[in-house]
Amino acid sequence: MTGADAAEFGLKPADDTGTVHLSGALTIQTVTTARRQLQALDASAVQRIDLSAVTRLDTAGAWALVTLTRSAGLLEGIEIAGAGTEAASLLQTVERALPNPEAPPRHDGSFAAWLNRFGQRVYSGLMFLRALTAYLGIFLHRLARALRHPSEFKLTSLVHHCEEVGLKAVPIVALMAFLIGVVLAFQGSTQLRQFGAEVFVVDLIAISILRELGILLTAIIVAGRTASAFTAAIGSMKMREEIDAMRTLGLDPGMNLFVPRILALFIMLPILGLIANLAGLFGGALMAWIDLGISPAMFTTRLVEGTAVSHVFVGLVKAPVFALIIGVVGCHAGMQVQSNAESLGRMTSNAVVTAIFAVIVADAVFSIFFARIGI
Amino acid sequence: MTEREVVIKLRGIRNQFGRQVVHEDLDLDVYRGEILGVVGGSGTGKSVLLRTIAGLQKPAAGSVDVLGTDVLNADEDTRQKLESRWGVMFQDGALFSSLTVRENVEVPMRAIPGLDPQIRRDLADLKISMVGLQYLAGDKYPSELSGGMRKRAGLARALALDPDIVFLDEPTAGLDPIGASAFDQLIRGLSHSLGLTVFLVTHDLDTLHATCDRIAVLAERKVLVTGSMADMLEVDHPWVHEYFHGPRARAAVPDKTKGD
Repeated sequence: MTGADAAEFGLKPADDTGTVHLSGALTIQTVTTARRQLQALDASAVQRIDLSAVTRLDTAGAWALVTLTRSAGLLEGIEIAGAGTEAASLLQTVERALPNPEAPPRHDGSFAAWLNRFGQRVYSGLMFLRALTAYLGIFLHRLARALRHPSEFKLTSLVHHCEEVGLKAVPIVALMAFLIGVVLAFQGSTQLRQFGAEVFVVDLIAISILRELGILLTAIIVAGRTASAFTAAIGSMKMREEIDAMRTLGLDPGMNLFVPRILALFIMLPILGLIANLAGLFGGALMAWIDLGISPAMFTTRLVEGTAVSHVFVGLVKAPVFALIIGVVGCHAGMQVQSNAESLGRMTSNAVVTAIFAVIVADAVFSIFFARIGI
Repeated sequence: MTEREVVIKLRGIRNQFGRQVVHEDLDLDVYRGEILGVVGGSGTGKSVLLRTIAGLQKPAAGSVDVLGTDVLNADEDTRQKLESRWGVMFQDGALFSSLTVRENVEVPMRAIPGLDPQIRRDLADLKISMVGLQYLAGDKYPSELSGGMRKRAGLARALALDPDIVFLDEPTAGLDPIGASAFDQLIRGLSHSLGLTVFLVTHDLDTLHATCDRIAVLAERKVLVTGSMADMLEVDHPWVHEYFHGPRARAAVPDKTKGD
């Protein structure tokens, strides 16, 4: 086999003795043409194929010859002549290695199959919810156990996670809420000015931030930030079999990994929500002052008089629930990671999407609930 | 010995990372059609040497000549031509995780102009079968395969274009003894029937015995000795002696070659 691939493939049709002469390179470069020309031959007129002028033959060329001349091929039973020892052994190797295509599992397009797949999706969705509930159960059980056996509780770990999920999230949460306040005041003022009701901008800002936006947007940011971090941390431990190692050493992943994380979120999310509320009100007040000339004193008076404390309560009572959702989703996703890096990435993004979605669904449920009981 | 064509020629190679010199003044010849096993202790730069020849690591000094091409100073076109004439199998296969095994094997073939897609598919199936994988393995993703199957699939991809040379980085590491010896036979068989030159980095004494025509020992920043297994047993350099006469080596050496 020489390296020269410049030699073009050539085919001389059957002569008197029924011999087809091939010449040049019969390689992966020329196999498409070669195969087409060989297929175009009149099979009845051909007795043998002569390779003595072929300068280079690779597996692709050998494959073309073997598939065409073996049984059920177009040129079935035609002899291959003039192959050197190397070429002959290559032909033999390819002949032996030819795969037997097994029918791949058929993709069934019928309605029944579609229904079946749909049912399986629904079923796996329900199983996912069940698994999340189970993780919530594990968390509560281990938490109760920690209350009875305080020595098993990891206080250091809890403090560490409080710092990670709470303290370090303060700047981004505060900035986000401040900007939301600014936007609300600005948009509200342009609309309300048309009716000469500028002063109601205070109510608009206060109610929307305290009741909904402050805590919801905080939860969304935390879901993006913390659910992914939980999944990545627990998932990479799962990937390197650290979780299995913990189990064999008698350490419970629930107690050591889930409780500190979810509890830290449970403690810190209401605090972050409160900070977001304050920052949002501050942003709104600032914009109202600049844009509408509502002085801070007037803003405060209007805020205290016009806005019931129940709004703050309605907002903050959601925080612990959101915290549980985010924490449980993050930990559960981490435990689903398999031993490859792709699954870690997939589960991390799954965790974020699921957590944000679940938080919004829970918020909707809360809204309906509070509307019904009339708070 | 008759004059044999040298396909890889290394002269005066020097590789260093910061202050740490891995290779210094390293020379090595690899002949056409042979299976060369490269051994050496951890950190002697076996994989670095492989990466140097394959053009993934630029040496600080020296020349690398593969199939008559100066790898370090070749222009883009020449290099590309050269790259289609060698295949590299990385330790864990290094398959593209978003593609099925068949698509992985097809990747190098996509560079061939005018290659019919159906033929490309069939050729990929042929390569998959040549490395001893089931036909249906072609539809699987790398994450669904075992370590041994991933290595085989990696080899299939390295062989996609019928290269003259294949580089294998620890082909049997992490395989069970049965899988490892099957892989040894596979390499031997393919090298024989396809006329491959194999450059093989390994720790596995059984692989050295079962497959390699010649062994090169990396130590003291250079290729210390090259030769057949029998030659290696004669070398009295302490590391080489320990390596080929240690308890594991004795277990791997068949009785007839047991020297002492």
